[in-house]
Amino acid sequence: MMSQATKEKSQYRSAFEEFAKQIAQGEPLWAARLREGAMDRFEAKGFPTTDLEDWKYTNVAPIVRAAFRPASNKAGSPAQPEMIDPSIYTEAARSRLVFVNGVYSPELSSLEALPAGVVLADFATAFTGEHADLLRESVEQNAAHDEDAFAALNTAFLRDGAFLLIPKGVSVEAPILLLFISTSADPDVLSSPRVVVVAERDSAATIIESYSASGDAVYFTNAVVDISLGDNARVTHYKVQDESLRAFHVASTRAELGRGSAYNLTTITLGAQLSRHGIEVLFEQEGAECWVDGLYMVGTGQHADTHSLIDHRKAHCTSHQNYKGILDGKSRAVFNGRVFVHRDAQQTDAMQSNKNLLLSTEARVDTKPQLEIYADDVKCAHGATVGQLEEEELFYLASRGLHANLARNLLTYGFAEEIVDKIKIGSIKAQLDEAILNRLHARLEA
Amino acid sequence: MLEIRDLHATVEGKEILRGISLTVNKGEVHAIMGPNGSGKSTLAKILAGHPAYEVTKGEVLFEGRNLLELAPDERAREGIFLAFQYPVEVPGVSNAQFMRLAYNEKRKHHEEEELDPLEFKDLLAERAKVVEMDAGLMSRSVNEGFSGGEKKRNEILQMAVLEPKLAVLDETDSGLDIDALRIVSDGVNQLRTPENAIVLVTHYQRLLNYIVPDFVHVLYKGRIVRSGGKELALELEAKGYDWIKDEVGNQQSAISA
Repeated sequence: MMSQATKEKSQYRSAFEEFAKQIAQGEPLWAARLREGAMDRFEAKGFPTTDLEDWKYTNVAPIVRAAFRPASNKAGSPAQPEMIDPSIYTEAARSRLVFVNGVYSPELSSLEALPAGVVLADFATAFTGEHADLLRESVEQNAAHDEDAFAALNTAFLRDGAFLLIPKGVSVEAPILLLFISTSADPDVLSSPRVVVVAERDSAATIIESYSASGDAVYFTNAVVDISLGDNARVTHYKVQDESLRAFHVASTRAELGRGSAYNLTTITLGAQLSRHGIEVLFEQEGAECWVDGLYMVGTGQHADTHSLIDHRKAHCTSHQNYKGILDGKSRAVFNGRVFVHRDAQQTDAMQSNKNLLLSTEARVDTKPQLEIYADDVKCAHGATVGQLEEEELFYLASRGLHANLARNLLTYGFAEEIVDKIKIGSIKAQLDEAILNRLHARLEA
Repeated sequence: MLEIRDLHATVEGKEILRGISLTVNKGEVHAIMGPNGSGKSTLAKILAGHPAYEVTKGEVLFEGRNLLELAPDERAREGIFLAFQYPVEVPGVSNAQFMRLAYNEKRKHHEEEELDPLEFKDLLAERAKVVEMDAGLMSRSVNEGFSGGEKKRNEILQMAVLEPKLAVLDETDSGLDIDALRIVSDGVNQLRTPENAIVLVTHYQRLLNYIVPDFVHVLYKGRIVRSGGKELALELEAKGYDWIKDEVGNQQSAISA
């Protein structure tokens, strides 16, 4: 008898063979080999189980059980511009790449606002462009350390990706939107977005990575995002995960920081029934700084897991991490924040905080900040809290005539605002404020 | 307007108020004085409905209604206001947003039309003059990063916006320098009308030089042990609280003797 896991592997294997045939034309040979190798690695490893320390609190069995099919451009392009309108941030209307159900949509993309020299292209275009070697190098390098099955699975179905190159010294004014939208037109799809960002030295850019859905389809987004910052580069990165509430979302974000560079990441997690976001920030050179902040807000039936590693490999680097969670109904969240300070990373300044607000007695959060320090001249602080709204705060608001529900919602909103306020793009902030207030309203009526 | 009859109250099982009776009519200002731990702040919080305090005996009528059966937010909408001794910080919610919500909740309750943000902004700017409040503090989070004086002024600003029938000011003078005390007191005096009433809870007579009360009550060990006019406050200022304690002590020993 075949075990469930084995059966699943076979299913992806046959899908893989089908996929390979489909894209055989136009794909460079190295990419085909890379995918083949990744498929083998995926099969060898298998999906993680809760026996693994890193997956102790997150059971991916529902993903294993479901029968997802890899995204295919054969499904046709049901996407209409009106459909994505609500997901387009006006500030990035002319600097965007759009993917629908895992497939790149040239019709819905727009590159007009990008200055000369900046490359923003889907993989098929980038594979044949003048920076093909750079993209290849980056993708191959990443595949070399895709340690878990999800990353390997992403590489196995590598096709619809976004490549962004900011040449040295260039500052891109317009925020760059990478929009991954899912529609109910293609249920049970496995999307495998891959994003490669190369910010050369002294460059600056803002990237918005956005996942949204129209409708409440079941699908699986399995994303890998790779960002490399050259010396003194500055990258601001917003990730907004607002998938359908029945979707699955697994993603890894990896940033490599050059000398004196600054990486500022803010993640907002609202959607998906099961989500897992792995973050790795690697200080490859001295004097760099990162901000890794996030908000997860989940309700009944949702599980959100954040695993981060801030890897202080070199001296004089500073990291700030502030994650906040709001859990309502029967929901669950996991925060695992690891800060690793290597022996040579003297003068490291690392701060980490994780605060959780439980709005219901059925919600549960597992938070685990981990500091591992092997250098002796460092400043590190971390803390985690799990709590309810403060009675004194509620009373203060009530004493001004605010109904109990309004008072609770206002305090909850205020709790979220510290993170949302970090986002400097008006239309995103407005959308998030609305989404959060809607959530709270839904809670009122529940 | 307010009638307190034989009020007893406990916090965490400990009896703090042991039989308070007090009548406050509209147009009056009452000062409640007393040494630390006498129950002054407890009385203030009970009037506003703080959930940590339990009334074990007695009743409180507000405009003839049983105040104790109303939730804190209902009391506020009916016209009771507590200026906190330690105003609470509300991160992420702007002062203007907060006050507009509170203002509109009250308007709704009285079936009046709500104000939109622009209309409210004008009203707020007008009321802010009462306490010489800087416009910059309106867009900041409620009380977050405010100085002690700014927090107290913000309390009086909220009073100016909400126009309560009965305002209870809990140690509003504590932690204020002389300039801030003058501004806060001027603000309160401007808000005094023949239709409303104010209860000042204070340890020191200093505040009463600026806001002149009609009545002064001395609270000690959970009871009002003496009531009088504004001159009682001056007497306390001159002699301290010890003579009250002695007098009460003597009375009690006389009773038990």
